[in-house]
Amino acid sequence: MNPAGNNIVPPAGRALPRASDALPWALVTPALGWTLLFFVLPFIAMGFSSLTAHEGGGFTLSNYSQFFTNPSYWQAMVNSLEVTAIVTVVSVLLAYPFAWILAEQVPERWQRLALMLAVLPFWTSYVVRSYSWLLVLAQNGVINRALTGSGLVSEPLQLANTRLATVTGFVHFFVMLLTLTIFANLKQLSPSYRKAAADLGAGPVRTFLHVILPLTLPGIMVGAFLTFVLCIGDYITPQILGGNNELLMPQLVMMQIGRRGDFPLASALSIILMAVVTVAYLACARWLKIERA
Amino acid sequence: MRQIVRAASLVYALAVYGFIFLPVVVLVLFSLQATSFPIPPFTGPSLRWYEVVLSDTRLTSALVNSLLVASISSATAVTLGFLSAWGFARFVLPGSSLLRGLITLPLTVSYLIIGMGLLVLFNWAGVPKSLLAAGIGHVVINLPLCFAIIYSQMGDHQINIERAARDLGAPEWKVLLLITVPVMAPAIFAGFFLSMTFSWDEFVISFLLTRFDTTLPVEIWNLLRSGLNPKTNAVGSLVFAVSIVLVVLFELTLLRRRRT
Repeated sequence: MNPAGNNIVPPAGRALPRASDALPWALVTPALGWTLLFFVLPFIAMGFSSLTAHEGGGFTLSNYSQFFTNPSYWQAMVNSLEVTAIVTVVSVLLAYPFAWILAEQVPERWQRLALMLAVLPFWTSYVVRSYSWLLVLAQNGVINRALTGSGLVSEPLQLANTRLATVTGFVHFFVMLLTLTIFANLKQLSPSYRKAAADLGAGPVRTFLHVILPLTLPGIMVGAFLTFVLCIGDYITPQILGGNNELLMPQLVMMQIGRRGDFPLASALSIILMAVVTVAYLACARWLKIERA
Repeated sequence: MRQIVRAASLVYALAVYGFIFLPVVVLVLFSLQATSFPIPPFTGPSLRWYEVVLSDTRLTSALVNSLLVASISSATAVTLGFLSAWGFARFVLPGSSLLRGLITLPLTVSYLIIGMGLLVLFNWAGVPKSLLAAGIGHVVINLPLCFAIIYSQMGDHQINIERAARDLGAPEWKVLLLITVPVMAPAIFAGFFLSMTFSWDEFVISFLLTRFDTTLPVEIWNLLRSGLNPKTNAVGSLVFAVSIVLVVLFELTLLRRRRT
């Protein structure tokens, strides 16, 4: 703490001689106002709504107690957590070696192109991408045609409208996302770590397990957390690919609005979903902090 | 050993590329299908499904709606994002980091919940479902992105240019319009094009907040009820093409920024 140091570079704001006090507020107020009016206020409205009865109004906790007493609502949360966990683990396991290959085996000048190619399908419409998987997985789709055509199976397999289809669609999306985050993390590692490990006599496997992997763990955790958040809150992929064989939480929320117009219950379920994400965030943040210390 | 690793890497990388590209290739390939089912064997090539899509007024008006909502909401998001980024980067405000946190907060909440909240609020306030309502939601999700991109690009060298302009007698609005906006143009365009891609592709908020006039992802969703259909493949391929154009524009503006 050097008091003189504060004076070397004056804070940006004080460098503006003619700025009246009203100007900075005039600049930031529209954005803040928009966020308060169309993000915070709706959230408060949703909180109130979740405490009212669907018919007749009046305050009640029944929307929340329904979640804990109705086994099919519970089951949706269990399904969501299971699918999200499978997707996160499979995506990390698939993306890590891929990101490593892009970062280590591909010549430097091709890396940008290789990465751009890897995330190109990222930019197809999300709805369309799930539908495309249907073309691949359907009863008479590409995979089943290939399997029956080559005589490997006699009857087409039931691939669409299953949990497998939902997981495949999700993994497809998150492999691209995780490849980006892990690749960035691997590129940030200084090559001197690897040299130092080699100088100390570690083989490539030991270097990877004891040096590279622990150093990229924070990046993996950030990517995995992002996967968790986006996966558990997504409606499109499970609705298109999973069919209605098992419901996930977002599907349950949308069902309350679409079929029954039950905003209070939908609000309560959304808030429970958000609470789960917040718990995951707190768990993750704490874990990350311990890792860094 | 090295050779084995290289060979295994190549096989693995090709397998992952195959997995990533499989659905997109199938989509585009069967959009060129001549017959009525987008399934093997491939009977194309034919552009007839593109003709069907482009003469379908529901789809073309949804496409126009999507472009309108995307461009207007992105312009709004980038304007609000730019003004606030300038305000936070150039002035000392009380509670500045807290307020910046508030602006970026919507990034951490799923689109479904943002849409739900707006639906409940608009329902109470008696605001009818419309493209405007959906557009408001798109600004909510894109404002934090625009703000973050532009705020991160507000460097110190720009302060000096602005100071020089002030010393030469320029009023604040002239500094903003004639100095800061041109200097920040690459970041502003990058934010704009990125929001365009997100708004153009956004489904859940539009689905919840529009009724009769709606956006293309919602129309595509409605098409899916008719099962596998080459028309859906064709419209999906068109959406892909537009997204790629937007991403390339985003990349180009970002690259321009890096060179300066």
